[in-house]
Amino acid sequence: MKTSATDLELAIQMDEAARVAHELRLKRDRQERNGRILKHIFLIIVSCVMLYPLFWLLASSFKPENEIFGSLTLWPSEFRFENYTKGWYALPMSFTVFYVNSAIVTGLSVIGNLVSCSFAAYAFARLNFTGRSFFFALMMMTLMIPYHVVLIPQYVQFLNLGWVDTYLPLVVPRFLASDAFFIFLMVQFFRQLPRELDEAAMIDGCSPFKIYWAIILPLSLPAMGTAAIFSLIWVWEDFLAPLIYLNDIKSYTVPLALRLFLDQEGQSAYGQMFAMSVLSLVPVVIFFVLFQKLIVRGIATSGMK
Amino acid sequence: MKRFFARNAPAYVFLLPWLIGFFLLALGPILASLYLSFTRYDMVSAPRWIGWGNYEYMFTRDRRFWKALEVTFTYVALAVPARLIMALGVAMLLDKGLRTIGLYRAIFYLPSLLGASIAIAILWRQLFAADGVVNQVLAMVGIQGASWITDPDTSLYTLVVLAMWQFGSPMLIFLAGLRGIPRDLYEAAEIDGTPRWRQFTRITLPLLAPVIFFNLVLQTIDSFKTFSSAFIISNGTGAPADSLLFYTVYLFNEAFKFFRMGYASALAWFLLVIIATFTAIAFFTSKYWVHYENERD
Repeated sequence: MKTSATDLELAIQMDEAARVAHELRLKRDRQERNGRILKHIFLIIVSCVMLYPLFWLLASSFKPENEIFGSLTLWPSEFRFENYTKGWYALPMSFTVFYVNSAIVTGLSVIGNLVSCSFAAYAFARLNFTGRSFFFALMMMTLMIPYHVVLIPQYVQFLNLGWVDTYLPLVVPRFLASDAFFIFLMVQFFRQLPRELDEAAMIDGCSPFKIYWAIILPLSLPAMGTAAIFSLIWVWEDFLAPLIYLNDIKSYTVPLALRLFLDQEGQSAYGQMFAMSVLSLVPVVIFFVLFQKLIVRGIATSGMK
Repeated sequence: MKRFFARNAPAYVFLLPWLIGFFLLALGPILASLYLSFTRYDMVSAPRWIGWGNYEYMFTRDRRFWKALEVTFTYVALAVPARLIMALGVAMLLDKGLRTIGLYRAIFYLPSLLGASIAIAILWRQLFAADGVVNQVLAMVGIQGASWITDPDTSLYTLVVLAMWQFGSPMLIFLAGLRGIPRDLYEAAEIDGTPRWRQFTRITLPLLAPVIFFNLVLQTIDSFKTFSSAFIISNGTGAPADSLLFYTVYLFNEAFKFFRMGYASALAWFLLVIIATFTAIAFFTSKYWVHYENERD
């Protein structure tokens, strides 16, 4: 009889314990849910603050001139599309010219980066050769060098070659793997591919170039894509090099045209200047939306900016 | 000899574009600018050797050089911590307890991609103008805003805010780092009743130290090189009253406006020394304050 009493007590205690545990769990769940909701509210506010300037820019590009300042509202009283049509032709050259120029420079630069950097990365990551670690260390050191240090001698060099006011100073360095960031990114990726692939191919009599072309490249499309997108966005936004090498308005890229806009028309035609600014960001935003995953992964694995 | 050649030839063929680039676009120009830094050179007549003249002028008589250093160091000292604290804070919010973070991550990263563009620099000038958006927001809460861009006392802070706005890429790197911290550490701490703050200082910070270190070095070097936004916001001159005279803006003007190429080369070399020093300090001291997890046994 006594034992069953203790059993009963035990059962009651266990029941009690289970109840307390259940309540605790409920409480924790509730707390977690509340915490989650609070977090979401906070993050949404931060997101709005972060995005507000961009939306303000977009809204202002449609507003009549007198509505741009002195108002925080994002909805124009009337949509002025002529900011776009007038802005496009506001400079001595139309923006068509600047976009074509930017597209040429960007397109060639991206190709140059992909070809030359993947060549170097393939050598560093997959081939054995005398001096590999030495050259790899040198390559890593060039990552640190500020562009401003090489700028002046490069300018003198290109001036003597007669390359100033052409796209050659902007494009040729990219075919010589001058953006070492991308070599580093690709080396990181190439190294992860299984070695057995190269060995098997070698036994089958494949040349190193065949291995690069038929094995490494097809397996590295994500890395190549990441490099392509970053290089596209950076070259598109590049300001310093075009500022130095391009003096003739006919050869201006979009950032240079915007700067000219700011100097010439900026004080009188804000709406048009904002419209052209919005357009210059559109390609970047489109590429970001389309290739967000590649971009995010690229930063997480290589630590690029 | 023949075997040596056969073994190495393919690799060097692949390396050739980079090797040419390295000698013609990196090593050559670095040495050339070292030489030029000891000369007077205006691009019209040949460089004339003047010994330590440029450096002597730089350190002893050039007020604008010291002003540029002051502006740049102040900027780095404010912008880098501000950006990293923002990045870590948001990364920690995103890391735990939320199911979907993709959209937030995208929104927070977008400014980092756009931030370097001329369009954003133009936008920033207007946001912080006397009748700009920032002042209107302040006016709503009854604060009389300054003329942020044209007032030398406040102009630099507009660029610090721009830097903070672009916390996206260190945030992504922090997120990857936070994912690497084993969850059971936090669970154990939770059972022991360790308060959140102690969990942060005893678990998160030490285990994240390598990532923090990495971000710190990267962002510091990056901030020293700030150019486009400072150039646009200051009308290319470092105005108002040289308060936006970033080192790179000063260097650019000396070289490509006044064609003092020799002096600008000396400035460039000093910038290289500054950045190399920071990298070296970070590198050699890292073993004292960075704990890699697999290091302890």
